[in-house]
Amino acid sequence: MFIVKYIKEVFNAVKSLFVGLRRTGYYFTHHKEIITQQYPDNRDTLNLPERFKGEVVMPHNENNEHRCTGCTACELACPNGTIKVITKFDIGTDGKKKKAIDKLVYHLELCTMCNLCIIACPSDAIVMAQTFEHSVFDRAELTKILNNPGSKIMEGVE
Amino acid sequence: MVEEIGTTEEGDLIINVGPQHPATHGVLHLVITLNGETIKKVEPHLGYIHRSIEKMCESLTYRQFIYVTSRMDYLSAHINNHACALCVEKGLDVEIPRRAQVIRVLMDELTRIASHELWWGAMAMDLGAFTPFFHAFRERETINDIMEETCGARLTMNYMVPGGLMADLHPNFQKRVKEFITLYKLKINEYAELVTGNIIFQNRMKGVGYLSAEDAISYGCSGPTARGSGVSCDIRKLYPYEVYDKLEFDEVLETEGDSFARYMVRIGEMNQSIKIIEQLIDNIPDGDFQAKTKVVLKLPKGEFYSRVETARGELGVYIVSEGGTTPYRIKFRSPGFSNLSALDHMARGSKLGDLVAMMGTLDLVIPDIDR
Repeated sequence: MFIVKYIKEVFNAVKSLFVGLRRTGYYFTHHKEIITQQYPDNRDTLNLPERFKGEVVMPHNENNEHRCTGCTACELACPNGTIKVITKFDIGTDGKKKKAIDKLVYHLELCTMCNLCIIACPSDAIVMAQTFEHSVFDRAELTKILNNPGSKIMEGVE
Repeated sequence: MVEEIGTTEEGDLIINVGPQHPATHGVLHLVITLNGETIKKVEPHLGYIHRSIEKMCESLTYRQFIYVTSRMDYLSAHINNHACALCVEKGLDVEIPRRAQVIRVLMDELTRIASHELWWGAMAMDLGAFTPFFHAFRERETINDIMEETCGARLTMNYMVPGGLMADLHPNFQKRVKEFITLYKLKINEYAELVTGNIIFQNRMKGVGYLSAEDAISYGCSGPTARGSGVSCDIRKLYPYEVYDKLEFDEVLETEGDSFARYMVRIGEMNQSIKIIEQLIDNIPDGDFQAKTKVVLKLPKGEFYSRVETARGELGVYIVSEGGTTPYRIKFRSPGFSNLSALDHMARGSKLGDLVAMMGTLDLVIPDIDR
Protein backbone atom coordinates (compact mmCIF):
# COMPACT_ATOMS: atom_id res chain seq x y z
CA MET A 1 0.00 0.00 0.00
CA PHE A 2 1.39 3.35 -1.04
CA ILE A 3 -0.25 5.38 1.72
CA VAL A 4 0.97 3.05 4.50
CA LYS A 5 4.49 3.15 3.13
CA TYR A 6 4.38 6.93 2.89
CA ILE A 7 3.16 7.36 6.47
CA LYS A 8 5.79 4.91 7.69
CA GLU A 9 8.51 6.90 5.97
CA VAL A 10 7.32 10.17 7.48
CA PHE A 11 7.12 8.57 10.93
CA ASN A 12 10.64 7.15 10.68
CA ALA A 13 12.00 10.47 9.45
CA VAL A 14 10.51 12.40 12.37
CA LYS A 15 11.66 9.70 14.77
CA SER A 16 15.26 9.94 13.51
CA LEU A 17 15.27 13.67 14.22
CA PHE A 18 14.06 13.13 17.77
CA VAL A 19 16.66 10.41 18.40
CA GLY A 20 19.35 12.94 17.57
CA LEU A 21 17.72 15.67 19.61
CA ARG A 22 17.52 13.36 22.62
CA ARG A 23 21.30 12.90 22.51
CA THR A 24 21.80 16.66 22.27
CA GLY A 25 19.39 17.16 25.16
CA TYR A 26 21.29 14.60 27.24
CA TYR A 27 24.49 16.63 27.04
CA PHE A 28 22.55 19.85 27.58
CA THR A 29 21.42 18.57 30.99
CA HIS A 30 24.59 16.65 31.99
CA HIS A 31 27.20 19.30 32.67
CA LYS A 32 29.65 16.87 34.27
CA GLU A 33 30.46 15.26 30.92
CA ILE A 34 31.88 18.49 29.53
CA ILE A 35 35.58 18.03 28.91
CA THR A 36 36.57 21.53 27.83
CA GLN A 37 39.74 22.82 29.47
CA GLN A 38 39.87 26.48 30.45
CA TYR A 39 43.27 27.38 29.06
CA PRO A 40 45.02 29.76 29.99
CA ASP A 41 43.24 29.84 33.37
CA ASN A 42 44.42 26.29 34.13
CA ARG A 43 48.11 27.03 33.51
CA ASP A 44 49.12 26.10 37.06
CA THR A 45 47.58 22.66 36.88
CA LEU A 46 48.49 21.94 33.27
CA ASN A 47 50.78 18.92 33.12
CA LEU A 48 52.51 18.05 29.88
CA PRO A 49 53.96 14.57 29.43
CA GLU A 50 57.70 14.30 30.02
CA ARG A 51 58.34 13.34 26.40
CA PHE A 52 56.61 16.43 24.99
CA LYS A 53 58.85 18.15 22.47
CA GLY A 54 58.70 21.86 23.27
CA GLU A 55 62.19 23.26 22.67
CA VAL A 56 65.80 22.14 22.91
CA VAL A 57 67.59 23.06 26.14
CA MET A 58 70.97 22.22 27.61
CA PRO A 59 70.81 21.23 31.28
CA HIS A 60 73.52 22.59 33.59
CA ASN A 61 74.41 21.31 37.02
CA GLU A 62 74.86 23.49 40.15
CA ASN A 63 78.52 24.24 39.26
CA ASN A 64 77.44 25.73 35.91
CA GLU A 65 78.76 22.71 34.02
CA HIS A 66 77.20 21.07 30.95
CA ARG A 67 77.90 17.82 29.10
CA CYS A 68 78.48 19.19 25.58
CA THR A 69 81.81 18.29 23.97
CA GLY A 70 81.29 20.30 20.81
CA CYS A 71 81.27 17.27 18.49
CA THR A 72 78.65 18.90 16.17
CA ALA A 73 76.67 15.66 15.87
CA CYS A 74 73.47 17.60 16.53
CA GLU A 75 74.36 20.18 13.89
CA LEU A 76 74.84 17.45 11.30
CA ALA A 77 71.66 15.62 12.30
CA CYS A 78 69.43 18.68 12.09
CA PRO A 79 67.44 18.89 8.85
CA ASN A 80 66.79 22.65 9.05
CA GLY A 81 70.08 24.14 10.16
CA THR A 82 68.56 24.98 13.52
CA ILE A 83 71.68 24.35 15.58
CA LYS A 84 75.06 26.00 15.07
CA VAL A 85 77.97 24.93 17.25
CA ILE A 86 80.79 27.47 17.62
CA THR A 87 83.87 25.88 19.15
CA LYS A 88 86.98 27.31 20.78
CA PHE A 89 90.18 25.87 22.21
CA ASP A 90 90.59 25.88 25.98
CA ILE A 91 93.92 25.38 27.65
CA GLY A 92 93.44 22.60 30.15
CA THR A 93 95.08 22.12 33.54
CA ASP A 94 97.81 20.00 31.96
CA GLY A 95 98.70 22.78 29.51
CA LYS A 96 97.25 21.00 26.48
CA LYS A 97 94.78 22.60 24.09
CA LYS A 98 91.31 21.14 24.40
CA LYS A 99 88.29 21.63 22.11
CA ALA A 100 85.24 23.07 23.84
CA ILE A 101 82.11 24.92 22.88
CA ASP A 102 82.09 28.68 22.85
CA LYS A 103 78.42 29.01 21.94
CA LEU A 104 75.70 26.59 20.96
CA VAL A 105 73.29 28.75 18.97
CA TYR A 106 69.77 27.42 18.68
CA HIS A 107 67.23 28.95 16.27
CA LEU A 108 63.86 28.19 17.77
CA GLU A 109 62.13 29.86 14.83
CA LEU A 110 63.54 27.21 12.46
CA CYS A 111 63.03 24.21 14.73
CA THR A 112 60.39 21.60 13.84
CA MET A 113 60.82 19.54 17.04
CA CYS A 114 61.75 16.38 15.14
CA ASN A 115 63.95 15.10 18.01
CA LEU A 116 66.78 14.02 15.69
CA CYS A 117 69.44 16.12 17.47
CA ILE A 118 68.54 14.61 20.84
CA ILE A 119 69.01 11.10 19.45
CA ALA A 120 72.24 12.03 17.69
CA CYS A 121 73.89 13.50 20.80
CA PRO A 122 76.43 10.94 22.13
CA SER A 123 76.82 12.56 25.56
CA ASP A 124 73.17 13.46 26.30
CA ALA A 125 74.05 17.13 26.52
CA ILE A 126 70.76 18.44 25.09
CA VAL A 127 67.20 17.46 25.99
CA MET A 128 63.70 18.54 25.05
CA ALA A 129 61.92 20.89 27.45
CA GLN A 130 58.16 20.92 27.97
CA THR A 131 57.63 24.63 27.39
CA PHE A 132 55.25 25.51 24.59
CA GLU A 133 54.33 29.19 24.82
CA HIS A 134 56.98 30.49 22.48
CA SER A 135 55.36 33.69 21.20
CA VAL A 136 57.51 36.80 21.49
CA PHE A 137 57.25 40.31 20.07
CA ASP A 138 60.75 40.40 18.58
CA ARG A 139 61.96 37.67 16.28
CA ALA A 140 65.53 38.01 17.49
CA GLU A 141 64.50 36.67 20.90
CA LEU A 142 63.93 33.27 19.31
CA THR A 143 67.63 32.82 18.58
CA LYS A 144 68.98 31.39 21.80
CA ILE A 145 72.40 30.48 23.14
CA LEU A 146 71.95 27.23 25.01
CA ASN A 147 75.08 27.17 27.17
CA ASN A 148 75.15 29.56 30.12
CA PRO A 149 77.80 32.30 30.13
CA GLY A 150 80.99 31.10 31.76
CA SER A 151 79.89 27.46 31.77
CA LYS A 152 82.37 24.62 31.47
CA ILE A 153 82.24 21.01 30.42
CA MET A 154 81.54 18.49 33.17
CA GLU A 155 84.44 16.38 34.43
CA GLY A 156 84.65 12.98 32.84
CA VAL A 157 82.54 13.69 29.76
CA GLU A 158 84.44 12.84 26.58
CA MET B 1 42.22 26.59 -18.30
CA VAL B 2 38.91 28.41 -18.19
CA GLU B 3 38.31 32.02 -17.38
CA GLU B 4 38.07 32.51 -13.65
CA ILE B 5 35.32 35.13 -13.63
CA GLY B 6 32.29 36.10 -15.65
CA THR B 7 30.36 33.95 -18.07
CA THR B 8 31.29 31.61 -20.90
CA GLU B 9 30.24 32.04 -24.53
CA GLU B 10 27.23 29.80 -24.01
CA GLY B 11 26.07 32.01 -21.18
CA ASP B 12 27.12 29.71 -18.33
CA LEU B 13 28.12 31.29 -15.07
CA ILE B 14 31.61 30.71 -13.73
CA ILE B 15 32.08 30.90 -9.97
CA ASN B 16 35.08 30.33 -7.75
CA VAL B 17 34.95 28.27 -4.59
CA GLY B 18 38.05 28.90 -2.54
CA PRO B 19 40.97 29.21 -2.04
CA GLN B 20 39.57 30.61 1.20
CA HIS B 21 36.32 28.78 1.67
CA PRO B 22 35.26 26.93 4.81
CA ALA B 23 33.94 23.89 2.92
CA THR B 24 37.17 23.14 1.07
CA HIS B 25 39.13 22.48 4.31
CA GLY B 26 42.18 24.33 3.14
CA VAL B 27 43.37 26.23 0.15
CA LEU B 28 41.64 24.28 -2.59
CA HIS B 29 40.41 26.44 -5.44
CA LEU B 30 37.54 25.10 -7.52
CA VAL B 31 36.43 26.89 -10.67
CA ILE B 32 32.86 25.79 -11.30
CA THR B 33 30.93 26.29 -14.53
CA LEU B 34 27.23 26.51 -13.75
CA ASN B 35 24.14 26.31 -15.90
CA GLY B 36 21.57 27.74 -13.54
CA GLU B 37 22.20 25.62 -10.48
CA THR B 38 23.46 22.57 -12.35
CA ILE B 39 27.17 21.91 -12.40
CA LYS B 40 28.63 21.55 -15.89
CA LYS B 41 32.28 21.38 -14.96
CA VAL B 42 34.50 21.50 -11.89
CA GLU B 43 38.11 22.42 -12.34
CA PRO B 44 40.41 22.25 -9.30
CA HIS B 45 43.27 24.73 -9.32
CA LEU B 46 46.14 23.60 -7.17
CA GLY B 47 49.39 25.11 -6.00
CA TYR B 48 48.35 27.37 -3.14
CA ILE B 49 50.15 25.24 -0.55
CA HIS B 50 52.88 23.74 -2.71
CA ARG B 51 56.02 23.51 -0.59
CA SER B 52 58.02 21.30 -2.98
CA ILE B 53 58.38 18.56 -0.39
CA GLU B 54 59.75 16.11 -2.97
CA LYS B 55 62.61 18.45 -3.87
CA MET B 56 63.23 19.26 -0.20
CA CYS B 57 63.59 15.56 0.53
CA GLU B 58 66.26 15.23 -2.15
CA SER B 59 68.58 17.51 -0.21
CA LEU B 60 68.08 15.72 3.11
CA THR B 61 69.60 12.46 4.29
CA TYR B 62 67.62 9.26 4.72
CA ARG B 63 67.20 9.91 8.43
CA GLN B 64 66.25 13.54 8.00
CA PHE B 65 63.70 13.48 5.20
CA ILE B 66 61.06 11.52 7.11
CA TYR B 67 60.02 14.42 9.31
CA VAL B 68 58.96 16.45 6.23
CA THR B 69 56.46 13.79 5.17
CA SER B 70 54.46 14.38 8.38
CA ARG B 71 53.52 17.69 6.79
CA MET B 72 51.97 16.11 3.69
CA ASP B 73 48.94 14.34 5.04
CA TYR B 74 49.07 15.75 8.51
CA LEU B 75 46.06 13.73 9.69
CA SER B 76 47.84 10.44 9.07
CA ALA B 77 51.36 11.61 9.81
CA HIS B 78 52.34 8.28 11.36
CA ILE B 79 51.36 6.36 8.24
CA ASN B 80 53.33 8.72 5.98
CA ASN B 81 56.41 8.25 8.15
CA HIS B 82 55.77 4.53 8.10
CA ALA B 83 55.76 4.41 4.28
CA CYS B 84 59.07 6.29 4.07
CA ALA B 85 60.69 4.17 6.78
CA LEU B 86 59.53 1.00 4.97
CA CYS B 87 61.04 2.21 1.70
CA VAL B 88 64.41 3.04 3.27
CA GLU B 89 64.41 -0.30 5.11
CA LYS B 90 63.75 -2.07 1.83
CA GLY B 91 66.82 -0.39 0.39
CA LEU B 92 68.95 -1.14 3.44
CA ASP B 93 67.61 -4.69 3.56
CA VAL B 94 67.13 -4.71 7.34
CA GLU B 95 64.56 -6.74 9.21
CA ILE B 96 63.02 -4.68 11.99
CA PRO B 97 62.22 -6.35 15.34
CA ARG B 98 58.77 -7.76 15.84
CA ARG B 99 58.04 -5.44 18.73
CA ALA B 100 58.63 -2.44 16.50
CA GLN B 101 56.38 -3.92 13.81
CA VAL B 102 53.51 -4.42 16.23
CA ILE B 103 53.87 -0.93 17.69
CA ARG B 104 53.94 0.54 14.20
CA VAL B 105 50.69 -1.18 13.29
CA LEU B 106 49.10 -0.06 16.57
CA MET B 107 50.09 3.55 15.91
CA ASP B 108 48.86 3.36 12.32
CA GLU B 109 45.45 2.15 13.38
CA LEU B 110 45.14 4.77 16.13
CA THR B 111 46.00 7.41 13.56
CA ARG B 112 43.42 6.00 11.17
CA ILE B 113 40.71 6.26 13.82
CA ALA B 114 41.78 9.81 14.70
CA SER B 115 41.73 10.81 11.05
CA HIS B 116 38.31 9.29 10.39
CA GLU B 117 36.90 10.91 13.52
CA LEU B 118 38.02 14.33 12.35
CA TRP B 119 36.59 13.57 8.92
CA TRP B 120 33.28 12.54 10.46
CA GLY B 121 33.01 15.77 12.43
CA ALA B 122 34.05 17.96 9.51
CA MET B 123 31.74 16.09 7.14
CA ALA B 124 28.73 16.71 9.36
CA MET B 125 29.78 20.32 9.78
CA ASP B 126 29.92 20.79 6.01
CA LEU B 127 26.32 19.65 5.82
CA GLY B 128 25.25 22.11 8.48
CA ALA B 129 25.40 20.12 11.72
CA PHE B 130 27.80 21.72 14.14
CA THR B 131 27.42 19.52 17.24
CA PRO B 132 28.97 16.31 15.80
CA PHE B 133 32.22 18.19 15.30
CA PHE B 134 32.66 18.51 19.06
CA HIS B 135 31.60 14.92 19.67
CA ALA B 136 34.26 13.73 17.21
CA PHE B 137 36.95 15.91 18.74
CA ARG B 138 36.20 14.54 22.20
CA GLU B 139 37.29 11.03 21.18
CA ARG B 140 40.07 12.28 18.93
CA GLU B 141 41.51 14.23 21.85
CA THR B 142 42.03 10.94 23.72
CA ILE B 143 44.12 9.58 20.85
CA ASN B 144 46.07 12.83 20.64
CA ASP B 145 46.87 12.53 24.33
CA ILE B 146 48.13 8.97 23.82
CA MET B 147 50.34 10.16 20.96
CA GLU B 148 51.60 13.08 23.00
CA GLU B 149 52.62 10.78 25.83
CA THR B 150 54.48 8.25 23.69
CA CYS B 151 55.74 10.25 20.69
CA GLY B 152 56.03 13.71 22.21
CA ALA B 153 53.82 15.50 19.72
CA ARG B 154 50.16 15.57 18.82
CA LEU B 155 50.20 15.82 15.03
CA THR B 156 53.69 15.72 13.52
CA MET B 157 55.15 12.88 15.52
CA ASN B 158 58.23 11.75 13.54
CA TYR B 159 58.13 8.54 15.60
CA MET B 160 58.95 5.96 12.95
CA VAL B 161 62.57 6.07 11.85
CA PRO B 162 64.46 3.74 9.50
CA GLY B 163 65.19 0.62 11.52
CA GLY B 164 62.31 0.83 13.96
CA LEU B 165 61.00 3.47 16.30
CA MET B 166 62.41 6.60 17.83
CA ALA B 167 61.62 5.62 21.42
CA ASP B 168 60.04 2.74 23.26
CA LEU B 169 56.40 2.81 24.31
CA HIS B 170 55.44 4.85 27.33
CA PRO B 171 54.58 2.61 30.33
CA ASN B 172 51.04 4.02 30.38
CA PHE B 173 50.40 3.27 26.71
CA GLN B 174 48.53 -0.04 27.04
CA LYS B 175 46.37 1.23 29.90
CA ARG B 176 45.39 4.38 28.05
CA VAL B 177 44.63 2.61 24.78
CA LYS B 178 42.35 0.22 26.65
CA GLU B 179 40.61 3.21 28.21
CA PHE B 180 40.18 4.66 24.75
CA ILE B 181 38.64 1.44 23.42
CA THR B 182 36.11 1.45 26.26
CA LEU B 183 35.28 5.10 25.60
CA TYR B 184 34.99 4.52 21.86
CA LYS B 185 32.58 1.60 22.24
CA LEU B 186 30.48 3.70 24.59
CA LYS B 187 30.29 6.66 22.25
CA ILE B 188 30.11 5.12 18.78
CA ASN B 189 26.32 4.70 19.15
CA GLU B 190 26.05 8.47 19.38
CA TYR B 191 27.50 8.75 15.90
CA ALA B 192 24.67 6.64 14.52
CA GLU B 193 22.05 8.46 16.58
CA LEU B 194 23.22 11.94 15.68
CA VAL B 195 24.19 11.64 12.05
CA THR B 196 23.96 8.27 10.34
CA GLY B 197 20.30 7.68 11.07
CA ASN B 198 19.28 11.29 10.55
CA ILE B 199 16.82 11.64 7.69
CA ILE B 200 18.13 15.02 6.53
CA PHE B 201 21.67 13.68 6.40
CA GLN B 202 20.63 10.54 4.52
CA ASN B 203 18.65 12.47 1.94
CA ARG B 204 21.60 14.73 1.27
CA MET B 205 24.00 11.80 0.88
CA LYS B 206 22.11 9.00 -0.85
CA GLY B 207 22.45 9.03 -4.62
CA VAL B 208 24.74 12.06 -4.51
CA GLY B 209 28.12 11.92 -6.22
CA TYR B 210 27.79 8.55 -7.87
CA LEU B 211 31.07 6.95 -8.91
CA SER B 212 30.98 3.60 -10.67
CA ALA B 213 33.58 0.92 -10.02
CA GLU B 214 35.02 1.31 -13.54
CA ASP B 215 35.40 5.06 -13.09
CA ALA B 216 36.95 4.63 -9.67
CA ILE B 217 39.61 2.40 -11.22
CA SER B 218 40.21 4.59 -14.26
CA TYR B 219 40.61 7.75 -12.15
CA GLY B 220 43.05 5.92 -9.88
CA CYS B 221 40.94 6.32 -6.75
CA SER B 222 41.99 4.37 -3.71
CA GLY B 223 41.05 3.99 -0.09
CA PRO B 224 37.49 4.50 1.13
CA THR B 225 36.60 6.44 -2.03
CA ALA B 226 37.17 3.40 -4.22
CA ARG B 227 35.90 0.91 -1.66
CA GLY B 228 32.59 2.78 -1.56
CA SER B 229 32.25 1.86 -5.23
CA GLY B 230 33.02 -1.79 -4.55
CA VAL B 231 36.65 -1.81 -5.69
CA SER B 232 38.76 -3.98 -3.44
CA CYS B 233 41.95 -1.96 -2.97
CA ASP B 234 43.04 -2.28 0.67
CA ILE B 235 46.85 -2.45 0.61
CA ARG B 236 46.77 -4.02 4.07
CA LYS B 237 44.96 -7.01 2.56
CA LEU B 238 46.39 -7.13 -0.97
CA TYR B 239 50.07 -6.40 -0.23
CA PRO B 240 50.41 -6.95 3.52
CA TYR B 241 53.25 -5.17 5.27
CA GLU B 242 54.47 -5.54 8.87
CA VAL B 243 52.11 -7.88 10.75
CA TYR B 244 48.88 -7.20 8.84
CA ASP B 245 48.88 -10.67 7.23
CA LYS B 246 48.58 -12.29 10.68
CA LEU B 247 45.66 -10.14 11.80
CA GLU B 248 41.96 -10.78 11.46
CA PHE B 249 40.05 -7.88 9.98
CA ASP B 250 37.66 -7.29 7.11
CA GLU B 251 38.03 -5.03 4.16
CA VAL B 252 34.93 -2.82 4.32
CA LEU B 253 33.23 -2.75 0.93
CA GLU B 254 30.05 -0.99 -0.17
CA THR B 255 28.73 -1.29 -3.70
CA GLU B 256 26.37 1.69 -4.06
CA GLY B 257 29.12 4.11 -5.08
CA ASP B 258 27.36 7.20 -3.73
CA SER B 259 28.38 9.53 -0.93
CA PHE B 260 26.52 7.52 1.70
CA ALA B 261 28.42 4.37 0.71
CA ARG B 262 31.73 6.16 1.18
CA TYR B 263 30.46 7.42 4.53
CA MET B 264 29.56 3.90 5.65
CA VAL B 265 32.96 2.56 4.54
CA ARG B 266 34.76 5.00 6.81
CA ILE B 267 32.48 4.25 9.76
CA GLY B 268 33.11 0.54 9.18
CA GLU B 269 36.86 1.10 8.97
CA MET B 270 36.92 2.71 12.38
CA ASN B 271 35.34 -0.43 13.85
CA GLN B 272 37.85 -2.63 12.00
CA SER B 273 40.72 -0.53 13.35
CA ILE B 274 39.40 -1.03 16.88
CA LYS B 275 39.31 -4.77 16.15
CA ILE B 276 42.98 -4.72 15.06
CA ILE B 277 44.02 -2.72 18.14
CA GLU B 278 42.18 -5.15 20.42
CA GLN B 279 44.07 -8.08 18.88
CA LEU B 280 47.46 -6.44 19.33
CA ILE B 281 47.29 -4.40 22.51
CA ASP B 282 47.77 -7.37 24.86
CA ASN B 283 50.23 -9.14 22.58
CA ILE B 284 53.06 -6.65 22.18
CA PRO B 285 56.15 -8.88 22.11
CA ASP B 286 59.20 -8.06 24.20
CA GLY B 287 62.50 -7.16 22.63
CA ASP B 288 64.23 -4.26 20.97
CA PHE B 289 62.29 -1.40 19.45
CA GLN B 290 65.01 -0.68 16.92
CA ALA B 291 67.17 -2.75 14.60
CA LYS B 292 70.88 -2.02 14.52
CA THR B 293 71.64 0.40 11.70
CA LYS B 294 74.67 2.48 10.81
CA VAL B 295 74.85 6.11 11.89
CA VAL B 296 75.06 7.33 8.28
CA LEU B 297 72.58 5.50 6.06
CA LYS B 298 73.55 4.81 2.47
CA LEU B 299 71.16 3.09 0.10
CA PRO B 300 72.62 0.96 -2.69
CA LYS B 301 72.20 2.14 -6.25
CA GLY B 302 68.73 1.30 -7.49
CA GLU B 303 65.02 2.04 -7.24
CA PHE B 304 62.84 1.28 -4.24
CA TYR B 305 59.10 1.46 -3.85
CA SER B 306 56.85 0.91 -0.87
CA ARG B 307 53.12 1.33 -0.48
CA VAL B 308 50.91 1.62 2.57
CA GLU B 309 47.24 2.25 3.22
CA THR B 310 46.72 5.67 4.79
CA ALA B 311 43.38 6.89 6.06
CA ARG B 312 42.73 8.33 2.58
CA GLY B 313 44.01 5.57 0.34
CA GLU B 314 47.19 4.25 -1.13
CA LEU B 315 50.39 6.16 -0.45
CA GLY B 316 53.39 5.12 -2.52
CA VAL B 317 56.96 6.21 -1.86
CA TYR B 318 59.43 5.85 -4.72
CA ILE B 319 63.13 6.43 -4.11
CA VAL B 320 65.85 6.45 -6.75
CA SER B 321 69.25 6.09 -5.16
CA GLU B 322 72.63 6.77 -6.71
CA GLY B 323 74.41 5.16 -3.78
CA GLY B 324 74.87 8.33 -1.75
CA THR B 325 73.50 9.56 1.55
CA THR B 326 70.64 11.53 -0.03
CA PRO B 327 68.01 10.30 -2.49
CA TYR B 328 68.59 11.19 -6.14
CA ARG B 329 64.86 11.44 -6.79
CA ILE B 330 61.91 10.90 -4.50
CA LYS B 331 58.28 10.72 -5.51
CA PHE B 332 55.15 10.38 -3.43
CA ARG B 333 52.01 8.92 -4.90
CA SER B 334 49.46 10.62 -2.70
CA PRO B 335 45.91 9.34 -2.42
CA GLY B 336 44.27 12.75 -2.25
CA PHE B 337 45.40 13.88 -5.69
CA SER B 338 43.85 10.91 -7.50
CA ASN B 339 40.68 11.06 -5.44
CA LEU B 340 40.26 14.74 -6.23
CA SER B 341 40.55 14.06 -9.96
CA ALA B 342 37.30 12.07 -9.77
CA LEU B 343 35.41 15.08 -8.38
CA ASP B 344 34.72 16.60 -11.81
CA HIS B 345 33.22 13.34 -13.07
CA MET B 346 31.10 12.90 -9.93
CA ALA B 347 29.81 16.45 -9.85
CA ARG B 348 28.72 16.91 -13.49
CA GLY B 349 24.97 17.17 -13.75
CA SER B 350 24.31 17.52 -10.04
CA LYS B 351 23.33 20.62 -8.11
CA LEU B 352 25.76 23.08 -6.57
CA GLY B 353 24.59 22.30 -3.03
CA ASP B 354 25.59 18.66 -3.42
CA LEU B 355 29.18 19.55 -4.25
CA VAL B 356 29.95 20.09 -0.56
CA ALA B 357 28.69 16.61 0.29
CA MET B 358 30.86 15.09 -2.45
CA MET B 359 33.98 16.96 -1.34
CA GLY B 360 33.28 15.94 2.24
CA THR B 361 33.15 12.24 1.43
CA LEU B 362 36.37 12.42 -0.60
CA ASP B 363 38.10 13.42 2.66
CA LEU B 364 40.47 15.87 1.02
CA VAL B 365 43.59 17.04 2.81
CA ILE B 366 45.00 19.81 0.64
CA PRO B 367 48.68 19.66 1.75
CA ASP B 368 48.58 16.00 0.71
CA ILE B 369 47.32 16.92 -2.77
CA ASP B 370 49.78 19.75 -3.33
CA ARG B 371 52.79 18.51 -1.33
